[in-house]
Amino acid sequence: MDTLFTLVPWVVFAPVLGILINLLVGKRLGEKAVGIIGSLASGAAFIISVILAVALGQHPEGVVHPLAEWMTIGDFSVRWAFQVDTLSTTMMLVVSGVGTLIHIYSIGYMHADTHHHGDPGRFRRFFIYLNLFIAMMMVLVTADSYLMLFVGWEGVGLCSYLLIGFWYEKGEAGLGNARAGRKAFIVNRVGDFGLLLAMFVMFWAFGSLDFATVFAQAGTVAAGALLAITLFMLLAVTGKSAQLPLFVWLPDAMAGPTPVSALIHAATMVTAGVYLVARSQPLFALVPAAQTAVTWVGALTALFAATIAVGQYDIKKVLAYSTISQLGFMVAAVGMGAVVGGMFHLITHAFFKALLFLAAGSVILGLERGHEAALNGQHLRHDHFDPQDMRNMGGLRPRMRITYWVYLIGALALAGIAPLAGFFSKDEILAAASEQSLAVFIILAIAAFFTAFYMGRQLILVFGGKPRTRAAEGAAENSPIITVPLIILAVLAALGGLLNLPGLHWLETWLEHSLEGLSAGHFILWVALLSLAVALLGFWLAWSIYARKPRQKPAEPDPLAAPLGDIYRGMERKWWVDEFYRAVLLRPAAWLANLLAGPVDQGGIDGAVMGTGRLARLAARGLSLLQNGFVRGYALVMLLGVVAILTYLVLR
Amino acid sequence: MPITYYIVLSSILFVLGVIGVVVRRNAIVIFMSLELMFNAANLLFVAFAAYYQIITGQLFVFFVMTVAAAEVAVGLALMVAIFRAKHSIDVDQMSSLKG
Repeated sequence: MDTLFTLVPWVVFAPVLGILINLLVGKRLGEKAVGIIGSLASGAAFIISVILAVALGQHPEGVVHPLAEWMTIGDFSVRWAFQVDTLSTTMMLVVSGVGTLIHIYSIGYMHADTHHHGDPGRFRRFFIYLNLFIAMMMVLVTADSYLMLFVGWEGVGLCSYLLIGFWYEKGEAGLGNARAGRKAFIVNRVGDFGLLLAMFVMFWAFGSLDFATVFAQAGTVAAGALLAITLFMLLAVTGKSAQLPLFVWLPDAMAGPTPVSALIHAATMVTAGVYLVARSQPLFALVPAAQTAVTWVGALTALFAATIAVGQYDIKKVLAYSTISQLGFMVAAVGMGAVVGGMFHLITHAFFKALLFLAAGSVILGLERGHEAALNGQHLRHDHFDPQDMRNMGGLRPRMRITYWVYLIGALALAGIAPLAGFFSKDEILAAASEQSLAVFIILAIAAFFTAFYMGRQLILVFGGKPRTRAAEGAAENSPIITVPLIILAVLAALGGLLNLPGLHWLETWLEHSLEGLSAGHFILWVALLSLAVALLGFWLAWSIYARKPRQKPAEPDPLAAPLGDIYRGMERKWWVDEFYRAVLLRPAAWLANLLAGPVDQGGIDGAVMGTGRLARLAARGLSLLQNGFVRGYALVMLLGVVAILTYLVLR
Repeated sequence: MPITYYIVLSSILFVLGVIGVVVRRNAIVIFMSLELMFNAANLLFVAFAAYYQIITGQLFVFFVMTVAAAEVAVGLALMVAIFRAKHSIDVDQMSSLKG
């Protein structure tokens, strides 16, 4: 056995070490050291992941490295063990690699952000949370049983909540960010409940939660139990990976700082659902009904979210809906059994979506700086200015050259323009769909068209035309600490397609060691040409609508608003999903809560409790009259009592 | 003498003691009545001890006497303390703790 594998616990403990150092002495070390320690902790995890990958090259079958006994109940025992195989190592590399770049970027971004919000002390807290997230994500992907996976699953959910509400006292009415964090937490709880139920059924059916045991016995279990397990897992996926119908939390999660949106809500955490299905492939492969359900959920989400992205003006909201849509692609892929395609898209998406978010953060910083320069030292409240609103931008191309170029690369990769990363991964998913279900293929192709369209729209609104506000006019490029991670990610987004190039299939041969029964994704020429054509059509349409007559003032209506009418309003208002949930779920829930809190709790239960107390006090007041204070009276009563007892005893 | 005589005498003494405790208001007299009740019991103890020829009854009387002495000592000390505070030892006036 390769001794290099024994390093694996350090992918979790290196970030934990970073947390401890920053927590204990970070305040004394200062901002720069805190950032460097946080980045080093994440970087160490990345280096260890690379070492593990190298070791796997020698022993591709992988290893399960036990670390500690967690609990033993009867003959059921749970241990904390690390599963090192090609699938988990791939996730480790993505999480820690992209994570480290985002850590470095955050040093620059959070410096500006904390000063902009007037609380530099939170810089340290941010890096502690970020390291905690890396540690928890590592627990998730290295788990060798569903229970440890669940620990990481909940842990990343906690970090997500903490970081969405990072500026918890900011936002709409001073509560908006805290509300967004709460919404994410509660919606995720619904999904997590699904995973919990899946684990309960699994334990009932298999008597174990270990991957190895469960997968080995998968064929011997009743079909109904398997169906329940996989469908509950699907619920968990819709929560964590923001699929229909539980996707509503992800757009609100953009309340978090931009690096958080990039790391947690685009590149890593939200892909946990995809990883779960990929990991559980031996179970899903036995239940075609569940596979169909997963595929359709993914495909419909991909289209649904893509249409909403067309109507958004917030630069991060567009990317958020795009993320939901791309996660839909991945979920559809793993649902169809095209695990390699799904994982491939997961990796490339982590590159280009992290890139897009970080570049969006760079744009926001540039705009904030331009806005402050425009105010020129006047101490005005500038709350009414939204640096994330694309209507306030425009003409940023000559002002932020590097950001423009990396954004362009990211957008082209996302839209699937050859030969950038997204082209190959999306094409593999489309090819798999074309072989399995024509309907799913058409839906995904339309979603791909919308993807290109909204990315084109965003590029033109942000970078094209002329500046529409003085803030945009004064925007300037950021320092290298922000642009260098962008450039690295841009290179990855451009070249990521090499991982699983048609004909070479490196990723497929690599993942084959972990997942049985993989089929090499086919390269189908007409599918590739079609997806390319669809993407180009989307870009061309966006260009002809938005670039020919560029928007002049921030307040202009969207050119699509008039011809599309209510359809456009639906896209803009997110198809009223939030309103629908509010009316159908929240209102009855609030009504029920009020009913239970008011008449039932305060009236019934409190009434009974208070009534008991009142009765006791009333009885006490009556009985206390007997305590008249006359000692002789007590003596008499005692005497009578003794006489009565004796009489009874004698005459008995 | 038959044992009945002792029982009757002891009963009369005990009832006198009870009546004294219940009727009188002076704490000193109440104490004296209590002593009467103790001694009524003591009388029965020795009477039956002699009757059954068992020494235990005699022993128990000594025990009761010591306890009674201690009780009187504590009680009288309380009386002195109460008298200092209230300038009276009327038990009917000691009613501060009534409900």
